[in-house]
Amino acid sequence: MVDTAHSAAGVIADDGVPLKVKLARATRRQKIRALLLVTPLALFIVLSFVWPITVMLLRSFDSPEFGRVMHRTSAFLENWDGTGVPPEGPAWKALVEDLVQAREDQTIGKAATVVNFEMPAARSLFTKSARHAKNITAPPYKDQLIAVDDGWNSPELWGLMKRLAPAFTMRFYVNAIDRTYDKNGDIVQQPENRRIYLPLFWRTFVMSGTVMLCCLFLGYPVAYLLSVLPLRTSNLLMIMVLLPFWTSLLVRTTAWIAMLQREGVINSLLVWAHIISEKERMQLIFNSTGTTIAMTHILLPFMILPLYSVMKTVPPSYMRAARSLGANQFTAFTRVYMPQTIPGVGAGSLLVFILAIGYYITPALVGGETGILISNMIAYHMQKSLNWSLAAALGTILLAGVMLLYWLYNRIVGVDNMKLG
Amino acid sequence: MGLPPYAATWERIWYYGFRFFCALVFLFLIAPILIIIPLSFNADPYFTFTKGMLAFKPSAYSFRWYLDIFQNGMVNPGLPKFSWAWLADSWQNAQWIHATKNSWFIAICATILSASLGTLAALGLSQSQMPARNFFMSLLISPMIVPLVITAAGMFFFFSNVGLSGTYLGIILAHTVLGTPFVVITVTATLIGFDRSLIRAGQMLGAPAHTVFLKIIMPLILPGVISGALFAFITSFDEVVAVIFLANYDQRTIPRQMWAGIREQISPTILAVATILIVISIMLLTMVELLRRRSERLRGLSPA
Repeated sequence: MVDTAHSAAGVIADDGVPLKVKLARATRRQKIRALLLVTPLALFIVLSFVWPITVMLLRSFDSPEFGRVMHRTSAFLENWDGTGVPPEGPAWKALVEDLVQAREDQTIGKAATVVNFEMPAARSLFTKSARHAKNITAPPYKDQLIAVDDGWNSPELWGLMKRLAPAFTMRFYVNAIDRTYDKNGDIVQQPENRRIYLPLFWRTFVMSGTVMLCCLFLGYPVAYLLSVLPLRTSNLLMIMVLLPFWTSLLVRTTAWIAMLQREGVINSLLVWAHIISEKERMQLIFNSTGTTIAMTHILLPFMILPLYSVMKTVPPSYMRAARSLGANQFTAFTRVYMPQTIPGVGAGSLLVFILAIGYYITPALVGGETGILISNMIAYHMQKSLNWSLAAALGTILLAGVMLLYWLYNRIVGVDNMKLG
Repeated sequence: MGLPPYAATWERIWYYGFRFFCALVFLFLIAPILIIIPLSFNADPYFTFTKGMLAFKPSAYSFRWYLDIFQNGMVNPGLPKFSWAWLADSWQNAQWIHATKNSWFIAICATILSASLGTLAALGLSQSQMPARNFFMSLLISPMIVPLVITAAGMFFFFSNVGLSGTYLGIILAHTVLGTPFVVITVTATLIGFDRSLIRAGQMLGAPAHTVFLKIIMPLILPGVISGALFAFITSFDEVVAVIFLANYDQRTIPRQMWAGIREQISPTILAVATILIVISIMLLTMVELLRRRSERLRGLSPA
């Protein structure tokens, strides 16, 4: 050991520098060059992809609206013990002043919206009180405000406002897993009819799993056929796999609407063949069936391509060897061929599952009520209800799931082995 | 995999059953796409085959929905068809034409950006000395993995803050992000079979670095770069979520227009547009296939 190390260090290049040093220098130069080539794209991705997403997800901890608009009340609430309704005094004075100013600044709507997310009907309470608050100029503030609307005399509302006041909050995560706070500020399950997100996460998981299994069931035989056929034939058939892959997502979704609707091709064919009668036309679209069918169609190439590239590498002689050693077709297939295709199955299934779990467009167009997924709910909170923090909390949970799967994919398959066409 | 003559009956059943099943899967893959094409020539404003269409009556078929692509949104649709004034009006005001112009402009810009950035990165990633290779690869592929809604929402806030929301630049940047993973994947795949001794041979013969790049590396990886660029192009051309979040009416692209059409007033014009898009995707697919074969031939992976 010592001897070889000594001799390696001992070799001197013709310019008098030890060879080991020169080699290290050359390697370092190559490393730097490789890094420099990657840097522009890596920087671009970090700046316009990783950073925006991180900032967006951090919104889930963030609720500045109430604290900013109702800053006097919030200052009081910070030190308040949170039991019952505060007595007449600085709290009510601060509240009245905040309401007056919020109406002048036209910010009362923002504060009311935040409260309204958690306590329906709070919006009218706030706007109505803000209208009347300017007439309350002298104590007793409490009694006058309660005279305007007795909603203020509720410990629940004050408990809620105390939770809304700080700028950092976990309540969106609490909401995102269908929990809420009770009167005492403890986390409890939402009433049955308001539990939406956990069932939706579960549905997303189940539907992605279903789509994945459908893709595997349909894709495995096709990939096998493609891998054993002569190259000329399989290249031709491959076009039938690749064409959907290259066709616009919206085109394919539109196509499925035309196929599956009540007057659509499938139902009409079944009626024509007298399998079902005119009255029995099936509702195949705008529900979870439609979403599953359309998503299976859209994601099937992502299953077939990795399977095919793995199956191509399995030598056919192994199967023949198994047959000649006495295994029947079935045993040879399940004991010799299938285990060798497991990497392809893993790659395809994980890829399909990852892509399915974040799907948005197809469920939004053909999902109806029962076929929408968690992405649609995120988009709803982004665009319609404008509850951005809740959207961010749901997004964080979804992204965490996807990242876990991505890590798994990387461990099992390796990102380098991702193949397209 | 022919059926041997000594095959038992059950093997025959299995063999044909298996082929039948595969044929059904191919039908499942291709039928929805093909069904769109005749439907787009429907003379009636329906999404279904009419009785006349099934009887192959010429009167049941028409080009009206293709004409509608040019006319919808025109200021003065009463002009004589295909006159200069009509064409000018269509070019300037028709909704679908507007969307088409946007789609091409955005897709071409995004493709150029993602192809150049992606190729550079792929060259770096495929060098044996690349440090933290797996980390960088995972980072650069991640736009393909992260759910689009999350990406679009993140960009929506970020671009609003820096004044890029509702601008062409914003959408081009977003589509560049989404397109680069495809370029990175295809170009690194091309570089895997790349014979590095060719570079050393060039260097030994005295070629400077840029000559080696232009004369040796570039011609060999060009098929990979082009097919990566085509992937990036189709990604941008087909992308709708980022456009929904980031674009105003001015930047509406074809998929955005289709999205609005399917959700609001579903008309067979969408089917006509879809047919045109199918033709475009067939063309792109053919190009990618030809490139792939050329690349394999160049690298000696398969006989000419």
